[in-house]
Amino acid sequence: MRDPVVVVRGGTVLDATGERQADVVVEGGRVVAVEEGAAVPRRATVLDAGGCVVAPGLVDLHSHLRQPGAEESETVESGARAAALGGYTAVVAMPNTDPPVDSASVVRDVRSLARGVPCHVAVAGAITVGRAGERLAPMAELAALGVRIFTDDGAGVQSASVMRRALEYARGLGVTLAQHCEEATLAAGGVMHEGAVSSRLGLAGVPALAEELMVVRDLALVRETGARLHLLHLSTAAALAALSDAKRAGLPVTAEVTPHHFTLTDAALVGFDPVFKVNPPLRPASDVAAVRAALADGTADAIATDHAPHPPEAKDRPLDEAPPGMLGLETALALALTELEVPLSRVLALLSWQPAAIAGLAPDHGGPVAPGAAANLCVLDPDHPWVVDPASSASRSRNTPYAGRRLRAKVRHTVLAGEPVVVDGEAQR
Amino acid sequence: MTHDDLGPAGLPSRHLLAVDDLGVEGIARVLAVADSFAEVGRRANPKVPALRGRTVATLFLEDSTRTRLSFETAAKRLSADVLSFSAGSSSLNKGESLRDTVATIEAMGVDALVVRHRSSGTPHRVAAWAPGLAVVNAGDGWHQHPTQALADLYTVAGALGRPGDDPLACFAGLPVAVVGDVRHSRVARSLVAAYAAVGARVTLVAPPTLLPPSLEGWPVAGVSHDLDATLAGARVVSLLRLQAERGSGAYVPSLREYTARWGLTAERAARLDPAALVLHPGPVVRGVEVASDVADLPCALIGDQVRNGLVVRMAVLFLLLGHDAVADTGPTRLAAAPSARRGRQEAAAGAPRGAADA
Repeated sequence: MRDPVVVVRGGTVLDATGERQADVVVEGGRVVAVEEGAAVPRRATVLDAGGCVVAPGLVDLHSHLRQPGAEESETVESGARAAALGGYTAVVAMPNTDPPVDSASVVRDVRSLARGVPCHVAVAGAITVGRAGERLAPMAELAALGVRIFTDDGAGVQSASVMRRALEYARGLGVTLAQHCEEATLAAGGVMHEGAVSSRLGLAGVPALAEELMVVRDLALVRETGARLHLLHLSTAAALAALSDAKRAGLPVTAEVTPHHFTLTDAALVGFDPVFKVNPPLRPASDVAAVRAALADGTADAIATDHAPHPPEAKDRPLDEAPPGMLGLETALALALTELEVPLSRVLALLSWQPAAIAGLAPDHGGPVAPGAAANLCVLDPDHPWVVDPASSASRSRNTPYAGRRLRAKVRHTVLAGEPVVVDGEAQR
Repeated sequence: MTHDDLGPAGLPSRHLLAVDDLGVEGIARVLAVADSFAEVGRRANPKVPALRGRTVATLFLEDSTRTRLSFETAAKRLSADVLSFSAGSSSLNKGESLRDTVATIEAMGVDALVVRHRSSGTPHRVAAWAPGLAVVNAGDGWHQHPTQALADLYTVAGALGRPGDDPLACFAGLPVAVVGDVRHSRVARSLVAAYAAVGARVTLVAPPTLLPPSLEGWPVAGVSHDLDATLAGARVVSLLRLQAERGSGAYVPSLREYTARWGLTAERAARLDPAALVLHPGPVVRGVEVASDVADLPCALIGDQVRNGLVVRMAVLFLLLGHDAVADTGPTRLAAAPSARRGRQEAAAGAPRGAADA
């Protein structure tokens, strides 16, 4: 059987090198031609890209695919399908599964679950055994299997001494640690952002300080160790200011922010609906403005979803009993293009090539669309209006906070390793 | 009483989840109707047929004696059928979710559900889950306890008002001190909203650790960390319960230190304005928030608060449910007492006098 040929015809190619009108011809999983009016081989599948932007596939640094252990919420397969529909060709699967990804065997398990799914799944490992924050996980063994990112996400590594040793060890392996920045004693018991709204609603709050304190501590540890650190889901003005200073000082640190932290405020909690409960919590407008500014000025390196599926029975509970987290993979690109006042090229940098570099997935993901490149592509229509409908999500869960929201920009096709996995907004497998 | 006596609607909102649902007009209406039910309570047979054929269920998932008894007694005096669910007796013990329990209650044809829950906001969720029910918040977490605040307002109006006056006139500019664990108090949040709505001037008195992290948007006249400096100017002193665990060193060093600085000791009580009123929502921990002999002084209205809680809850249930009941069963005589008529006329008069006062 010959390799499938795909021609993405009539679109505007946009990647880190710039923008041009061109058809993209793909064969054998690789881009073979990028030119206007490319000849279409007879056996080719033609994907119409008229009025669309053809970009490197998106890369999510932060997806909870829930497998193994919480298959009622999501599976690797259902999460990968949601990702493909959202324009992603690669996602980093968070290791807070049950069991957690703190051993080679769980890495292999998740990888075998990811075989044949419509999005590449890069497995992140835990920093500490059982994500308990005490003993280092076998990072060298996992790195030898190709794991590039390690995190205890869901909780931060609380002990400064453990985090320092983890950074030192990681530097020797050339891998990146990713920190969930939350000082646990300040955050304990909190169900939303601590501030005017939580005070009025009588809800225990998570103060912005809990994030800032761990960011400041970890930046000092990076200065001390020289290790690379990625800061997950930053949500506060103070933490972003500390990050900005650290970058100016040349520290090897990167950071992501989430769509919900630039689109929603803590005022969403007034009805006590757990669909708006997330960690870090939704913040007030001043922090939302700081997150948007960080995306515009380059302080933030990536938009990551923190896609965190939970089934209805988990969310249909009193607010303090419900777990935190919200869906994100199918709405992130559209939210960025609808809500952010930054050029499309910058949105794609934040969603594709910058996170690809952080995850160690470049240039196969996020790389320039040029002959010889891996054919991982996202074709998006920047002017396609649509309304978010939780029932039509490919996720096993329905906990999107954007139900009924009007968005513009929709993913039309996704090409993974040369194969169309989403065509005209429909998943192909 | 006829359909028109209560105006176009019983209350501004279909549920009573927070004091803010009422507005000054709703508060005035509850107090006026409560006044008519107080008259009923003094009769040999204190029952009225106002909610005959209606079913009120109580769902109390946190320990409570007085509030549950008060609501159930209120419903029975209105001739409603009463169903009682509590944590120990319900299928929640068998792993059923709260949402499914509520759906079951709704399917039984219950008209109103009175909810007490340890988590802030649960009555809001219940109201969202069960659109067919009128939901009454009987206390949720640290959030709201609206009928307690209404009982306090009714109690203060009864102590300060003169017969024939606008019942809300006595609140204009009234200096009220709300003392104690405001941070963890649902009563405090309801009291602040209620007193502000009727024009009183509330000062919060507490150590900084027992105040909410932010008071942005709170309609209070002031905040003080010094009870002694606040006490002399207060006409109403509303004490909040300090739960024992709050005095364990996390928020204040000890109960002893709390009582010494923020308790209403006999010595402090002696320095009160002679006309001042002392309220406490109960249960009282004698010797902590309030000295035992102070709790028994004539100016302490703690017993009145309990009695008035009953008529206020009758008024709330009647206003949420009685409207349709009256429409279904045709004109019914509710209470012929003059004061009841007066209260209704004021409530139905349209112009919310309290708003003008505020």
